[in-house]
Amino acid sequence: MKKQFENFIKYRFLLGELVKKGIKLKYRRSYLGIIWSLLEPLLTMIVLTIVFGTLFGNDSKEFPVYILTGRLLYSFFSSSTKGALKSIRKNAPMIKKVYIPKYLYPMSTILYNYVIFLISLIVLVVVAVVLGVYPTIYLLQAPIALILILILSYGCGMILATIGVFFRDMEYLWSVALMLLMYTCAIFYYPERLLKSGWAWILQYNPLYCIIAIFRAAMFGQRLELGHLVYASAFSIISLIVGLFCFKKKQDEFILHI
Amino acid sequence: MEKPAIKVDHVSMKFNLSKEKVDNLKEYIIKSLKREVQYNEFWALKDVSFSVEKGDRVGILGLNGAGKSTLLKVVAGVFKPTEGTVEKSGKVVPLLELGAGFDPQYTGKENIFLYGAMLGRSKKFMEDRYEEIVKFSGLEEFIDVPIKNYSSGMKARLGFSIATAITPEILILDEVLSVGDAKFRKKSIKKIQGMFDQGVTVLFVSHSTKQVEKICNKAMILQEGQLLCYGDVGEVIEKYEKMTDDSV
Repeated sequence: MKKQFENFIKYRFLLGELVKKGIKLKYRRSYLGIIWSLLEPLLTMIVLTIVFGTLFGNDSKEFPVYILTGRLLYSFFSSSTKGALKSIRKNAPMIKKVYIPKYLYPMSTILYNYVIFLISLIVLVVVAVVLGVYPTIYLLQAPIALILILILSYGCGMILATIGVFFRDMEYLWSVALMLLMYTCAIFYYPERLLKSGWAWILQYNPLYCIIAIFRAAMFGQRLELGHLVYASAFSIISLIVGLFCFKKKQDEFILHI
Repeated sequence: MEKPAIKVDHVSMKFNLSKEKVDNLKEYIIKSLKREVQYNEFWALKDVSFSVEKGDRVGILGLNGAGKSTLLKVVAGVFKPTEGTVEKSGKVVPLLELGAGFDPQYTGKENIFLYGAMLGRSKKFMEDRYEEIVKFSGLEEFIDVPIKNYSSGMKARLGFSIATAITPEILILDEVLSVGDAKFRKKSIKKIQGMFDQGVTVLFVSHSTKQVEKICNKAMILQEGQLLCYGDVGEVIEKYEKMTDDSV
């Protein structure tokens, strides 16, 4: 354990460089650059508000903020786990030539997506203030959601990265899973009717929905539901442990499969 | 007695060469249900043991497929040996296929820092040596151009300049002295010889016995994954030449 920590210290520069590289290259050669990470959620929010606001006859001023919170958290989870899944294969040339602790690849992918995600929260702040959703004391719950989603993404990312090395199909399978997840996270609809029906478990057992619910409670000045907190924390930590275990067990075989 | 720089202890390396590459779930499930996933075991290295003292320069000779590159990769830590252990004291810098770790979209300058970090050096450390690296590579004009627009010679020059600038204790060279044009080659051999004087430990793979004779003080022959002999460079080269002559 101590040795691993020392190793991590030794490679912290590399982690920094890899995170920087991810951010830099994502928007390189685009005119608006990092502004895209603000513009993109804003544009989707507008479209989703128009479509689903009209569809459900919902014209409250809070609805765009509601959509945006779900959409931002979901898209972080989606892009970071997708990135982590491909990270080992993508860095194959490096892995084949130089020894580097391999967990750095999924980790840096998750972290650079996290940085972009944190930047894109600016949009949320602006939209919330413009639409009159002001911060309350409950906003202090927001970091809980932000930390949980990071742990969850890293845990899932490690599991996916391990599987992704051995089975290419995982990339496609995960895209499908992510799409299903999007519809079951209550991003652009209110979950009440679903929760009252026999299908409530779809939401209740979805860790991402629980994290989004915690974050929304923070935004809209409500106390978070304890059940969400317990379930999401347990799920995140278990995924982290499973992820680290799988990755550690299989990492020496990666080189033979890439 | 001083601790050896590299100690390779009963190292074996096994590869499973599957007859067909199975890398998707469907095939794998079908094949494993039919019990058709078959592997050909292939031992690239068999029970290799040796130790290299600090400051030794060891040439590794052998025919194609003898396990030379596998051995270097095991020492570099890229492969984990199936059996046995490798102990190293000091920073290992592998010069295997120069510039393989570069990111094509990154500029030369950005790649210098990325490569440095990959070899465990801080940004500050690289900043201090930045001028030297650029000057040695002779790429001043192109340093802000993305690497994807470099020629392979330019990439190799940059890779070589970075790897040698970060003062490794153990240097692993895999036929890299044949990179670049004649002028750069002369310059790089000179640079490497300068590093020898500072007492760097070297593992050197080459097919040219002349180069090995010039650079190394010790040598070994690998044949089909086994260590045939290890000793002073003169004797080993003599043996190797006899060996290759016989097989003609």
